Amino acid sequence: MMTELSAGFLPLTDSAILIAAKERGFASDEGIALNLVRETSWANVRDKLAVGQFEIAHALAPMPIAANLGLTPFDTRLIAPMALGLGGNAITVSNRLLADMRQQQPFTMLNAREAGAALARLVKAGLTEGRKRLQFGVVHPFSGHNFELRYWLSASGILPESDIEIVILPPPLMADALAAGQIDGYCVGEPWNSVGVTRGAGQIIATKSSIWASSPEKVLAVREDWAEENAATLHALLRALYRSAEWCGQAENHAALADMLASHHYLAQPAGVILPALDGSILGLSDIGEPGSAARPDFFQPHSRAATFPWQSHALWFYSQMVRWGYVEHTSDHARIARQTFRPDIYRSVLAAIDVPVPSANSKVEGALSRTIAVGASSRALYLGPDGFFDGAIFDPDRLDAYIESQKP
Amino acid sequence: MTERLPSVLIIDENTSRASIIEAGLSAAGHTRVTVINEMHGIAAKIARHEPDVIVIDLENPNRDMLESIFQLSRAVKRPIAMFVDRSDTEAMQSAIDAGVSAYVVDGLRQERVKSILDMAISRFNAFSRLERELEEARGALEERKVIDQAKGLIMKSRGVDEATAYKLLRKAAMNGNRKIVDVAESLVMSARLLGDEGK
Repeated sequence: MMTELSAGFLPLTDSAILIAAKERGFASDEGIALNLVRETSWANVRDKLAVGQFEIAHALAPMPIAANLGLTPFDTRLIAPMALGLGGNAITVSNRLLADMRQQQPFTMLNAREAGAALARLVKAGLTEGRKRLQFGVVHPFSGHNFELRYWLSASGILPESDIEIVILPPPLMADALAAGQIDGYCVGEPWNSVGVTRGAGQIIATKSSIWASSPEKVLAVREDWAEENAATLHALLRALYRSAEWCGQAENHAALADMLASHHYLAQPAGVILPALDGSILGLSDIGEPGSAARPDFFQPHSRAATFPWQSHALWFYSQMVRWGYVEHTSDHARIARQTFRPDIYRSVLAAIDVPVPSANSKVEGALSRTIAVGASSRALYLGPDGFFDGAIFDPDRLDAYIESQKP
Repeated sequence: MTERLPSVLIIDENTSRASIIEAGLSAAGHTRVTVINEMHGIAAKIARHEPDVIVIDLENPNRDMLESIFQLSRAVKRPIAMFVDRSDTEAMQSAIDAGVSAYVVDGLRQERVKSILDMAISRFNAFSRLERELEEARGALEERKVIDQAKGLIMKSRGVDEATAYKLLRKAAMNGNRKIVDVAESLVMSARLLGDEGK
């Protein structure tokens, strides 16, 4: 007999693992009938997960952490027993802002450090001349987008809360807002950057992976009590999603995956704007004379580099940024709650049992790997990294207090 | 000191639904009710109205943006906590089923918010029911049209009167264990494909 599970998702390329699990039969092989429900806001996903209309959800990685810290409307405790890939976001700026930045200082596209330096010069000049502050859009305060954009700006010497303005917009409206000049840039998940480029609204200047390589983005979120009461179902689901991630990660499946996601049930966008995140090609750059930099194989990684492992160091990094931007006060209790939201223990016990190579540690020092290395895993070899931040900083989860202290203004 | 009724802001791009909620609240004695149908410049509008309670439909894609506005407004000492009562799962469930959500200012008495939300839920449900009925009525009209067309086709091809044509149609439906409208539809469709409009 099949167990029916309702899953909320937003129309984003990184919902691929859930969608392929249904469409390619990985879920039904494990006795699970996935009912995928497309939502219009993260608030809806959160609310429906909390009251039980959804058993599982495609969620922004900081969302379950924020919920457990009491920063969102419900008391329901959530856990993330699996990540849904690495990367998948980018920063897109309007054609006008790009021209202004390049006039300040030429830079290589997709080089986060150089692009940040050019933007910083432009912003400082604008402030001196009393020009209107630039506006950047992100999708949610508790999102990888908000935190990576702020990280990139700050490390480039721009104060995200006073030098520019950050506004919240739903992903499908970003490209239109950019084209209409309502915002100057945005940080959002694919395909909405590629959509912006295709509509002629702007260009992608940095991928999430160029800001922080192999960095976390979406997770599978479930209620803690549901996970405890339905352990067997959760385990079957994790196996199905792992198989799906494996399939999504294989280059020969990218075209089929793009077609699948393009369906009007899912992203309802042409496959041509979905494929770039999957194969690492970046739209638009060859049109502006930069074909050389137009490839980022790590744009979105659904499988390789332990992409579905829920590192507790990732949870703690998001927590450090929530503290940094004043969403929550830093206490050892809060840090523990944030860390324990991610459940590598569940992931490991389920997947090691089917001979999947799983990291033996729950955390790693983020930014320590400048290249790919083979690491200690429970069985076969597992490859990790690079995982560096563009500014060369290191996040050691064992030195959380010092990291938070170092980021104080 | 008598307590004033809370001011309510309804954010709904569906103007007819917003107005039936507004009417319901007015009937219940709420005098300070404002409706916003247009999302443009929403932050300024919310700041101007300083609502105690905000009622919003769940399908609004701007919920994430609105919540961030509420968060910002906490920074300017106007705290807005979200939803009704965290412990009242049943109320939240029925609100979500109805497709409505509410945000309330911290410290507002629970029962006051509850009555507003209950009103919104019942009006949302009434509205969905109305829409469904309209949809069905529209469907029924369509069905009658198709059946009439099919009858016309049979009358013409078999040279029978209307009552007989209907009987034939009904018999075909019963034999095939199908609905009359389905038989009629396939008849009309095939007539169209064959280039005979049955006129």
